[in-house]
Amino acid sequence: MSETQDYEKAAASSPSSVAVFAAHDQGAVKRIQHALHQTPWMVPAIVLAASILVFGLLLGEKFFSPFALTLILQQVQIVGILGAAQSLVILTAGIDLSVGAIMVLSSVVMGLFSFRYGLPTELAVAAGIACGTFCGFINGFLVAVMRLPPFIVTLGMWQIVLATNFLYSANETIRAQEIAEQAPLLQFFGNKIAIGGAIFTYGAIFMVLLVLFLAYVLRQTAWGRHVYAVGDDPEAAELSGVQVKRTLISVYMLSGLICAFAGWALIGRIGSVSPTSGQLGNIESITAVVIGGISLFGGRGSIMGMLFGALIVGVFSLGLRLLGADAQWTYLLIGVLIIAAVTVDQWIRKVSV
Amino acid sequence: MQPILKARDLVKRYGRVVALDSCDFDLYPGEILAVIGDNGAGKSTLIKAISGAVTPDSGKIWLEGREVRFHSPLDGRHAGIETVYQTLAMSPALSITDNMFMGRELRKPGFLGSVLRQLDHKAMESFAREKLNELGLMTIQNINQAVETLSGGQRQGVAVARAAAFGSKVIILDEPTAALGVKESRRVLELIQDVRSRGIPIILISHNMPHVFEVADRIHVHRLGRRLCVINPKDYTMSDAVAFMTGAKEPPPEPLAA
Repeated sequence: MSETQDYEKAAASSPSSVAVFAAHDQGAVKRIQHALHQTPWMVPAIVLAASILVFGLLLGEKFFSPFALTLILQQVQIVGILGAAQSLVILTAGIDLSVGAIMVLSSVVMGLFSFRYGLPTELAVAAGIACGTFCGFINGFLVAVMRLPPFIVTLGMWQIVLATNFLYSANETIRAQEIAEQAPLLQFFGNKIAIGGAIFTYGAIFMVLLVLFLAYVLRQTAWGRHVYAVGDDPEAAELSGVQVKRTLISVYMLSGLICAFAGWALIGRIGSVSPTSGQLGNIESITAVVIGGISLFGGRGSIMGMLFGALIVGVFSLGLRLLGADAQWTYLLIGVLIIAAVTVDQWIRKVSV
Repeated sequence: MQPILKARDLVKRYGRVVALDSCDFDLYPGEILAVIGDNGAGKSTLIKAISGAVTPDSGKIWLEGREVRFHSPLDGRHAGIETVYQTLAMSPALSITDNMFMGRELRKPGFLGSVLRQLDHKAMESFAREKLNELGLMTIQNINQAVETLSGGQRQGVAVARAAAFGSKVIILDEPTAALGVKESRRVLELIQDVRSRGIPIILISHNMPHVFEVADRIHVHRLGRRLCVINPKDYTMSDAVAFMTGAKEPPPEPLAA
């Protein structure tokens, strides 16, 4: 095959340095784009810091106090916990519209098992957690094995779980007083630690620990890498040796489990067990995830960003309320933030360096 | 000599399309077997059936004389068969290291690894860097950069390095030089010969006749979902091979043994 070799001879005398990446100056904008590509939680972190600063300057002591700042933590704890569940699902390029409903059903199961059946509270809590995990399993099974779109599956489950919740609870609320007297464990996450003016509820602490734990798992374990790979390109993940179905089911089950913990924290937050509470959980958690810079197309973003996203919403709500503004301003600004966050996400994706 | 990988009567249907029509396949130890065929002849399906990405409807596969049934690419990989797919099968947003070790991550020794399940990023990075240097296919600045920031040729290089690093029994390369320039293609061909000299047989699917005739020991001509014939590149010209695979010429009467 002498003629085969001929055309390659010309290449042999060419410079031998191959594909050296010139460290040419790319300009500030390109560098920012590149930095954001590598650390996607930077945008929400900056927005959070800036918004705290702005409200701090406008409101002074009233906002910039340990009490007010920890109040924000308390107010976002439920959304933060649900957002952690939502983040996992969205990282796999799915979406979970049923998080709020699973949370409420789990809390109702905990309440009714304690009060209607008179079971020990520990057992009731375990049953609630099992219930949430099982709901997650149904989601995961339908998405991974039946290959139904996550949006449709969780849209259906949202209605099913919510209806089950109302039918099962007969729309009855268990009052905070009764819980405090007979089953204080249900209000566990409502316990507080006060340090100076700062008040940390167990629920808020749990939210932060949960996010840190999941950040570790996603970054440092094989399972975490697989979650990203599945969200990025499920076929490629399958071919390169990831058990896609198993990963997806485990993600939805973990999401359900976390929602059940959110249900437990919800009892601590509002004191009572109410089947009508937490109705906006799904939309608020998706908002936190999107503002946190996690891509709805899957495979990109960090769970820390979600926490910052939830806190941004908390800072805006409290800050604007303290300023005496109409609550609608909060929603308006959050709408702007959502669209801005997705715009930034699309821009970051175009990085080519 | 016994084939290291043998398949008989493989059938795979997609609806009414028969992708594999009782196809036979033999790969002998230490050889480079090229698989050529027209578009839609079923080359990729054959490769996927062997690597485990597709489960054939019927037919049997033997690896080193033992019958194997793969239900997922992971099964094939555990058996020592590594594949570079045409699509490369990489996660664009993840790093080079993440991609190389996908599904076979290394954990840290001791408590951190066994209980906390912590990955040994350092060990994986240095291994990945070493393998890429061995391949000499590229100068990677940052082993942790996302695969999507690499050029097409570099991505292909990473995929080939991954297969070469982990394949212990058989390495399958589906169009490994399709996206590469002249020099990079040359390196991949050198790598293929290097891998063979380590005693690992290679299945090479390619449309590039000069490459096929340069490195292959035998050529499996695939046509209409089955093995038409196996030829020795020393006995035939490239135009013969093209004539066989397009049906312009009748195949030689007896399939060539090793």
